[in-house]
Amino acid sequence: MQLEYFHMIDRIVDLKVDEKTIVVEAQVPKESTVFEGHFPGYPLMPGVLLIESMAQASGFLLLGVLKFERMPILAAVKEAKVRGSVFPGDLMSIEASLTHEGSGYAMTEAKIRVGGKIRANSSLTFTLIPFPNADMRGYMAKVAERVGFPQQVVSP
Amino acid sequence: MSSTFDQVATIIAETCDIPRDTITPDSHAIDDLGIDSLDFLDIAFAIDKQFGIKLPLEKWTQEVNDGKATTEQYFVLKNLCARIDELVAAKGASA
Repeated sequence: MQLEYFHMIDRIVDLKVDEKTIVVEAQVPKESTVFEGHFPGYPLMPGVLLIESMAQASGFLLLGVLKFERMPILAAVKEAKVRGSVFPGDLMSIEASLTHEGSGYAMTEAKIRVGGKIRANSSLTFTLIPFPNADMRGYMAKVAERVGFPQQVVSP
Repeated sequence: MSSTFDQVATIIAETCDIPRDTITPDSHAIDDLGIDSLDFLDIAFAIDKQFGIKLPLEKWTQEVNDGKATTEQYFVLKNLCARIDELVAAKGASA
């Protein structure tokens, strides 16, 4: 995880396209400039970054389901709950499931666990847009490679 | 069983917090009711679930953008309900 670059997800643990579920891991760094301000003497992951982590986990699920033909863009966050703090050094396990695939949009449910305990959950809505240009498509391919996106999902 | 319009009007009222009695078959979802594209996704989601269909929003949007259709054809509620009835009928025919 590189908070400053919004690289929230480290590894795809389990992607089940048929069941429309994903599990990913995200190792919270022990040190980051983010923690210098949030908060001095009591560093913890900002809630918005927990939501971003759930959105990125959902995004990889959608990329898999859509075979990288569309780019999911976060559009709405509902019922987001931060149920417990996430601290530097914590290993987050993030689960997401596709609850509805509409025409040009999709909805997911996601949750974050640390040590088996739920720390946050949310319902998320995404618009599904064509990749706006080759640069972004190429960037996402590199990101997918970095997190171990199973290539057979994209080109079986 | 309530009509398609009654079900859609109830969905819109509950989803967008719009008084039910202000929603009529001639209401334009965007121009009259002020529903924006993001709120319409919630409405589409509720309609998809309730009627067991998939509103082809991308196709409709493309047709409007290409000048092949008007927003009235899809977003005036009586027309939207007619499209829903067509999709439900098509689903029933293919089942």
